[in-house]
Amino acid sequence: MTTTFPVTTTTTRLTQLDALESEAVHVMREVAGELERPVLLFSGGKDSIVMLHLARKAFWPAPVPFPVMHVDTGHNFPEVIEYRDRTVTELGLRLVVASVQEAIDDGRVVERPGGSRNPLQTVPLLDAITAHRFDAVFGGGRRDEEKARAKERMFSLRDEFGQWDPRRQRPELWDLYNGRHRPGEHVRVFPLSNWTELDVWRYVEREGIELPGIYFTHERDVFARDGMWLTAGTWGGPRPDEHVERRRVRYRTVGDMSCTGAVDSTAADVADVIAEVAASRLTERGATRADDRASEAAMEDRKREGYF
Amino acid sequence: MGTHAPTGLVETAPSASPATTPPAGVDDHGQRDLLRLATAGSVDDGKSTLIGRLLYDTKSVLADQLSAVERATAARGGDDGVVDLALLTDGLRAEREQGITIDVAYRYFSTARRAFVLADTPGHVQYTRNMVTGASTAELAIVLVDARKGVLEQTRRHAALTALLGVPHVVLAVNKMDLVGFDAATFRTIAEEFADYARVLGQPGVHAVPLSALAGDNVVDRSVRTPWYDGPTLLELLEAVPVTRDASSEPLRLPVQYVIRPRTPEHPDYRGYAGKVASGVVRVGDELRVLPSGRTSRVVGLDTFDGPLDAADAPRSVTVRLADDLDVARGDVLVPAAEQVPTGQDLVGTVCWLTERRSVAGARVLVRVGTRTVRGLLRDVDARLDVDTLTVEQWDGVDTRYTIDATDTSTQAAPRSLGLNAIGRVRLRLAEPVVLDDYATHRRTGGFLVVDPADGSTLAAGLIGPTLLDRLAPVRADERDDDWLAGAGI
Repeated sequence: MTTTFPVTTTTTRLTQLDALESEAVHVMREVAGELERPVLLFSGGKDSIVMLHLARKAFWPAPVPFPVMHVDTGHNFPEVIEYRDRTVTELGLRLVVASVQEAIDDGRVVERPGGSRNPLQTVPLLDAITAHRFDAVFGGGRRDEEKARAKERMFSLRDEFGQWDPRRQRPELWDLYNGRHRPGEHVRVFPLSNWTELDVWRYVEREGIELPGIYFTHERDVFARDGMWLTAGTWGGPRPDEHVERRRVRYRTVGDMSCTGAVDSTAADVADVIAEVAASRLTERGATRADDRASEAAMEDRKREGYF
Repeated sequence: MGTHAPTGLVETAPSASPATTPPAGVDDHGQRDLLRLATAGSVDDGKSTLIGRLLYDTKSVLADQLSAVERATAARGGDDGVVDLALLTDGLRAEREQGITIDVAYRYFSTARRAFVLADTPGHVQYTRNMVTGASTAELAIVLVDARKGVLEQTRRHAALTALLGVPHVVLAVNKMDLVGFDAATFRTIAEEFADYARVLGQPGVHAVPLSALAGDNVVDRSVRTPWYDGPTLLELLEAVPVTRDASSEPLRLPVQYVIRPRTPEHPDYRGYAGKVASGVVRVGDELRVLPSGRTSRVVGLDTFDGPLDAADAPRSVTVRLADDLDVARGDVLVPAAEQVPTGQDLVGTVCWLTERRSVAGARVLVRVGTRTVRGLLRDVDARLDVDTLTVEQWDGVDTRYTIDATDTSTQAAPRSLGLNAIGRVRLRLAEPVVLDDYATHRRTGGFLVVDPADGSTLAAGLIGPTLLDRLAPVRADERDDDWLAGAGI
């Protein structure tokens, strides 16, 4: 043994964050131990950044033993793509990009005029899973996000069409996760299932995790649509009747630019964000995601079709 | 129990006053501890209202969630503007359309003292499957009764499953006290009947609280309408029950999940065994035994990304380095070298059958214990527990007489077989030895899964060794002789 380490003191009491971290690390090691070709969905959003951080912890001092995949809608925040590419280089990860634009160009999906590309992510995601023969896909979904997610398992079986059938979910007892599946099927795995939005932020603070700058206050030209502040980009911009103004905003979630709204905020650092989230009267999806407002079952419907 | 304050709990909670949300702008940065709990009861008992009240009173329901529920209440023709809090917990379209809860839902709320993960299990539909799932990780179960109806068959069923799964604390929430005029005698009668029943089940840690979820009495705040009750409110109980077990009093079990071998220039020879401490404590310098091989070695390092530890308690995830180059792999269990830990290929235990395909004697299955998956043969089902009546039906000898149609999903009691939601005692023969910790004393390592090798589905969840089933049906002396197990080699 060539490695020697100084010995630190015992830690006895596990805090809430310790318990959540240990659970997520356990889940990731189970996947690496039981499944052959895992991949971690990495969008450059805070949940996927926390997930990648947990993966580094789970396998240290070895490198993360699986690639990361970004489902790229083509409507990205430039700061997030910069963060993605820098992280992948620094950690020596392999990045798989599943492109919505390519799927549109190939005719595999049809773009709806003026519509969000978020629902269009399902086809390139499933195509990439098939092409790379991934059998486990880590997602950053949390049960506190949405009512359909609250019923999903840590290990969620998807059939060969990527579909989720809530009535055929496997019971999940103790910490005995069952990822077995037939050829062509795969499991989606959600190590952050039991985390809340605040837990994620507290963990970002505790671990000193760097996030893309758009999560913190900045000045931006925005316009109001569907009760959210949207920003112009490659996806399009304001209609003639929509007024553009400069505001101090930040993003609570990061997704497709066309349907992810900013919130008015002066939160400049993680501590400010924690105070703001703790005082907020709106959930992050309710505040900033147009795609979840379609109906009471919008997320359930998308999940059934193979969405994250 | 009953109307008395649970003194054992008060000792662990220095302050009896309820602590709800922290003051504005103050954050504990995740330093509080975590309690996992499960609720059992039906919508009729006011369970959803109770959960809604816990979420609402701890400010865990946000404005957009509440307005969505208000819209849904109105769309359903809800009356007089009273928000149907049940809709907060019904997540799936079919649940909302049919007004039933199908699946376990997980809810999150927190107070200044504690964060809670609540597994909300439906009371009617597939109750066994859902309840055992929720109870498997719970440190506390809330069993709900309607004060007007008292202890019902359903209450007994929920208590039996809670006891079977070894949940350490049970709170009997006697709800709708407003509808019985906050009558002390009514509460005492129900609490005492439940306490008697809990004694039959061998359930420890039972507490009863008189409350009204609708009006909020004794849920978060103490009620002025129950002056005869001097015990804690429901939330005070949830904040007071001990979560941290005394890890040093438990035997170490560390199932190996994954072998970490970086083979990088910085760590060319590193070999560490990654796993979560399931119970007990592992310390640098400990002499450990690797099961099932039986080889021993000494711990020379406990590594984490954040630096080395000299000891790690359950449920911490660590990477263990050993002094000797042993052949350790996923599925092995690290235990104290000095402890005689049972291992073997013959597993007797109690299972909850979880699928519509009935059990078939002689079926070839996979058995998952800890991180180890081995091939197994389901030799026999020799007893079945009726959780409604707490009676055990026992069958003698080894069943070879019946051929059972695996597609038969009828609820008719097929001989020697378990259907969906049935609980029975099974005997499994395993292709390789596994650690056989009794579930009753080793809740973190004594559980197992029975898996279908064809499609990977989970057929059953099991508890190794004697359980509530055996407690209720003591094995007769003439059946105790298990010679047939040794004699009937496969």
